Amino acid sequence: MAAREHDQALFELALRMGDNALILGQRVSAWCGHAPVLEEDIALANVALDLIGQASLWLGFAGEIEGKGRSADNLAFLRADRAFRNCLLVEQPNGDFGHTLVRQFLFDAWHLPMLKALTSSSHERVAAIAAKSAKEATYHLERSEDFIIRLGDGSDESHRRMQDALDALWPFAGELTCADEIDVALAESGAGPDLVAIGAEYKDYMERTLKEATLTVGWEAPVRKGGKTGDHSEALGHILPEMQWLQRSHPGAVW
Amino acid sequence: MSNEWPLWEVFVRGQHGLAHRHVGSLHAPDAELALNNARDVYTRRNEGVSLWVVKSTDITASAPGDKEPLFEPSNAKVYRHPSFFDIPDEVGHM
Amino acid sequence: MYAQMVKSTGEGVKSLEEMEPQERAFQERINADVKIEPKEWMPEGYRKTLIRQISQHAHSEIVGQLPEGNWITRAPTLERKMILLAKVQDEAGHGLYLYCAAETLGVSRDEMTEQLLSGKAKYSSIFNYPTLTWADIGAIGWLVDGAAIMNQVPLQRCSFGPYSRAMIRICKEESFHQRQGYDIMMKLVKGTPEQKEMAQDALNRWWWPSLMMFGPSDTDSVHSAQSMAWGIKQNSNDELRQKFVDQTVPQAEYLGLNVPDPDLKWNDERKSYDFGEVDWNEFYEVLKGNGPCNAERMAARRKAWDDGAWFREGLMAHARKKETRKMAAE
Repeated sequence: MAAREHDQALFELALRMGDNALILGQRVSAWCGHAPVLEEDIALANVALDLIGQASLWLGFAGEIEGKGRSADNLAFLRADRAFRNCLLVEQPNGDFGHTLVRQFLFDAWHLPMLKALTSSSHERVAAIAAKSAKEATYHLERSEDFIIRLGDGSDESHRRMQDALDALWPFAGELTCADEIDVALAESGAGPDLVAIGAEYKDYMERTLKEATLTVGWEAPVRKGGKTGDHSEALGHILPEMQWLQRSHPGAVW
Repeated sequence: MSNEWPLWEVFVRGQHGLAHRHVGSLHAPDAELALNNARDVYTRRNEGVSLWVVKSTDITASAPGDKEPLFEPSNAKVYRHPSFFDIPDEVGHM
Repeated sequence: MYAQMVKSTGEGVKSLEEMEPQERAFQERINADVKIEPKEWMPEGYRKTLIRQISQHAHSEIVGQLPEGNWITRAPTLERKMILLAKVQDEAGHGLYLYCAAETLGVSRDEMTEQLLSGKAKYSSIFNYPTLTWADIGAIGWLVDGAAIMNQVPLQRCSFGPYSRAMIRICKEESFHQRQGYDIMMKLVKGTPEQKEMAQDALNRWWWPSLMMFGPSDTDSVHSAQSMAWGIKQNSNDELRQKFVDQTVPQAEYLGLNVPDPDLKWNDERKSYDFGEVDWNEFYEVLKGNGPCNAERMAARRKAWDDGAWFREGLMAHARKKETRKMAAE
């Protein structure tokens, strides 16, 4: 692969990782002060802080590769919807707390193996950001798994709500492990992982964990995707105006 | 039946080599989640390397009224303290 | 302050000679600066006053998440977003420490929550004002947290052990809150004309409510006298308010902002600022529930509590199941 194309693929990888973290962090941070119990207010804020911290690392790196002087803040606050590269799952609304937990679980279960694989990326910076993030993601998945199992196998109502959330969100999980030509190019150059292998691990993990949680999914359900290439759901068009409004209404201002 | 999560006491080891110290309490439905919550609530500023959680109701405490019989007697045993003994300076550090 | 107008017994302070031996021993320990611990004997009034004060303080932290939380999703940079998130998270933490301190006195967190949500328990009037612009986040950190710290620092010496320990932890954590607010203000006044205007507007709106946080003058209040005798209040409201004004006015001058008080004037004799009278009618109205955001704040807390019931119950249901399975296996 030519150097320019390689950089372009790396740029896309950094945006995808960064935008996933940013949009999910933005979603989770909206719970602050509204969670079901005080301990959860605090814990969710930690998750959001981790994700936004990761986003600023990935997006900072993306700006460097691009070489046009765009900072992480530029990329987060001044980019248009179609240029966002997060998967559809993370932009889905918070819904009831069950939706938030299931969305997080489906994401974490992919995020951790993805980050672990990226720690052996041929690109040093990618490996370093992934290594730092993987520690955080390990805890996120632990938390998510604890909740999925407990609430799936909890009260009748908690089971019903978790199953409803899973039914609604499962179709978005497939995009996480679905490789496009950029993923393939990254894997060939050694900069990124083989998504097929991560997908197999993902399915294996889901089968085990959902069984313990007494929850079910339609394994053959059609996959909803498009975010990775900028074809988003309507939800993103509501997140960005809120997030970007202040920056955009005061061009060039320092905060 | 009350659905309030039970109360847990949290102990943090601040650094390697130090004992765990009581830092506060929190609510959690079970021990594992109490540990998660303790991590999120009490180690936000890099305060710990190890955590213990104990259900508050599992702690047996001495009664405040027993303070005198429990702790006063040891007051009288001054010979347990090194300062009780006079060692001549010539002998050196002991 | 975070606990405004807490009622103690209202009977007036007893002298040592008037007390029964048990109460006298208790008072002597307080006078000697010995901490009181939860299981020890204490007058019923002391216990009740503390529960009221600590839970009101906790409620204020919890409701206090909302005005600032309003701007987390709109913070202008990633760093500001993280700082604000960490700060609001601290408020939740502080609420948690305080609820736990109150729980040692024999009241459950659920009971205290019910009291807040039913409107029976109060919280600080300051959190019923709206956050309209980003500059409000700066003003809250600078003024509201500044006022809070002024009140909380002496509370670290409170006679009740768990409250005192919670306050020590809170003060340690809170030290960055006021600075981050002032830092926002500094950026704004050095920024565009619109940003500077935003900063002045925020100061205009938050100045008087911040002075109200200390509560009306309590020089003649029997409640305050009793609380001081019990070592759960250290300074009078007016003392703290004066200290706050003296500390804050030079900070406003440094920013090049005008404090919205025509009567504000340095008094060289007192080595302090003279300042205008707070509109106490407004304060009482807000406390009664008629502030600009009382309804919204309570609705948000009620919604969080009600919507979260299934989550709290579901986890308890699982814990009980697991316990039963474990017992069956043994």
